[in-house]
Amino acid sequence: MSMAFNPARWKPAALLPHEQAHDGALVFVVAVLCFLACATAIFAISADRAAQGWANQLQGSATVIIRTKGSESPDMAASRAAEALAGTPGVAQALVLERAKAEALLEPWLGNDGIVQDLPVPRLVTVELAPSAPASAATLDRALKAAGVDATVDDHSLWMKDIIHAGQIARIAAVSLFALMALAAAAVIAFATRAGLSARHDVVEIMHLTGATDGFIANLFQTRFAAMAALAGLLGGGAAALLAAGIRLLGGGYGLIPVLPIDWLDLLVALPSPLIAGLVAAIAARVTALGLIRAMP
Amino acid sequence: MIELANRDQTDTIVRFDGVGLRYGRSPETLQDLSFELKAGSFHFLTGPSGAGKSSLLKLIYLAHRPSRGRIELFGQDIGRAKRKDLPFLRRRIGVVFQEMHLLEHLTVFDNVALPMRLAGQKPATYRSDIAELLQWVGLGHKMHAMPETLSGGERQRLAIARAVVARPDIILADEPTGNLDHEMGQRILKLFTELNRLGTTVLIASHDLDLVARSGMPAFNIESGRLTSPYGDAIEDDPADDLGRVASGEPEFIYRRPLTLSQEDSLEDNGP
Repeated sequence: MSMAFNPARWKPAALLPHEQAHDGALVFVVAVLCFLACATAIFAISADRAAQGWANQLQGSATVIIRTKGSESPDMAASRAAEALAGTPGVAQALVLERAKAEALLEPWLGNDGIVQDLPVPRLVTVELAPSAPASAATLDRALKAAGVDATVDDHSLWMKDIIHAGQIARIAAVSLFALMALAAAAVIAFATRAGLSARHDVVEIMHLTGATDGFIANLFQTRFAAMAALAGLLGGGAAALLAAGIRLLGGGYGLIPVLPIDWLDLLVALPSPLIAGLVAAIAARVTALGLIRAMP
Repeated sequence: MIELANRDQTDTIVRFDGVGLRYGRSPETLQDLSFELKAGSFHFLTGPSGAGKSSLLKLIYLAHRPSRGRIELFGQDIGRAKRKDLPFLRRRIGVVFQEMHLLEHLTVFDNVALPMRLAGQKPATYRSDIAELLQWVGLGHKMHAMPETLSGGERQRLAIARAVVARPDIILADEPTGNLDHEMGQRILKLFTELNRLGTTVLIASHDLDLVARSGMPAFNIESGRLTSPYGDAIEDDPADDLGRVASGEPEFIYRRPLTLSQEDSLEDNGP
């Protein structure tokens, strides 16, 4: 057996002993954090896209509520309003919403058992604005007044504010969650580094007393934990990408959850997960290790 | 100042000046230590268990900082040395720890290679040297073995090989024969003597007065944290007498019994 050892072919072994149990648990925890962070990022992008879509839809249209006056029928007033609006600059199209469609809009609140038919449902005109230079609500209002139509213009600005606000909240929440998970990952790595230094204190002490620089020892821990975190990032990011891909595949064009339309490109968010996890781990491990090593004489 | 020197040494490797060491708030473990070790000297540090031998060695190999006083290593004031310079001082010191402190997850070869790796040397530059050293200490047939499979004597020689592989300027050994039988103790002593002949300064802490006597090498004694003569008197009590003789190159604290190693003594182990 001893004859098998050839010093000329000797390669230096890893100076830090592997501790499979601890290392495996750490990879699992960091992988879960990376999964949550990547999933959060993907869904945040998706939510942002949904908010943008809704905002664009609302920004490109307006609704006019017609009130009749005198002996003019609602249909007549609506037709005149649509005619006046169609000729207004910044309006691409103005159409009278059929009564049946207007009643259908109320069905979710009032049901379809005939109550709607008994109500004085106002006539609506839907206006599609020109994308390049959309007309403002004031312009539409002036056009209606000029045509002698009593109407209220709803440019959806009230809804727009809410949707834009919701989109901002989604973005802030996503960034906050992402930062929180990165911090949690860093804290876990720091804790693991402390535990690792404690468990391998004898090894660290020998290296320290044998002439290892603080940076050399810190590098060992930094490299070890960065590699583990990168693996965890790969696993966690990969799992998040698989989940998103599954949702996208199962749900067709708008995904399983229509309110969160996932695009294939969104999955690229998980790509830097190993790099970011490795970087966070490297910094956390280095700072922690240096702090502990410098406590030694 | 006690000058602990053999006849031909002039450069000071270690200088203690009024050094004290205290662990936490406990009473001082070491008190008012003042001495010098000259380059190429060979000394024993004797004293009963708990007297402070290990603590004194720890101060020299920079495992502790003194609570007071001044320590110079290789002419450099440790108290003023920058932290980044300390590793380079440590690399000039070979330590045989009392508990050996082998890295159990590394092979014999990797354990010995540790100081070279920490010094940033490339494997190609020291592989053959380590193989040769391991042959010399009788571990040539166990280069790939793990420390846990070695006998007490083999572990001791492995610790010594690791301490000397980088050719340090000074070797500190803390009870290197403490767990060894008489024969193995003699072999280890012979190894240190050989290294000293090659110019390495050697300081061995031992409570084995018989071993010290057999070596014929000078010794200084420590009791209750203070340097004393082998007869139990504090050195500081009578500087004109003991110190003068030590400083003149005629060590007082020398056990005159000659070193008696048989011709058959070899560093090669005949088995665990």
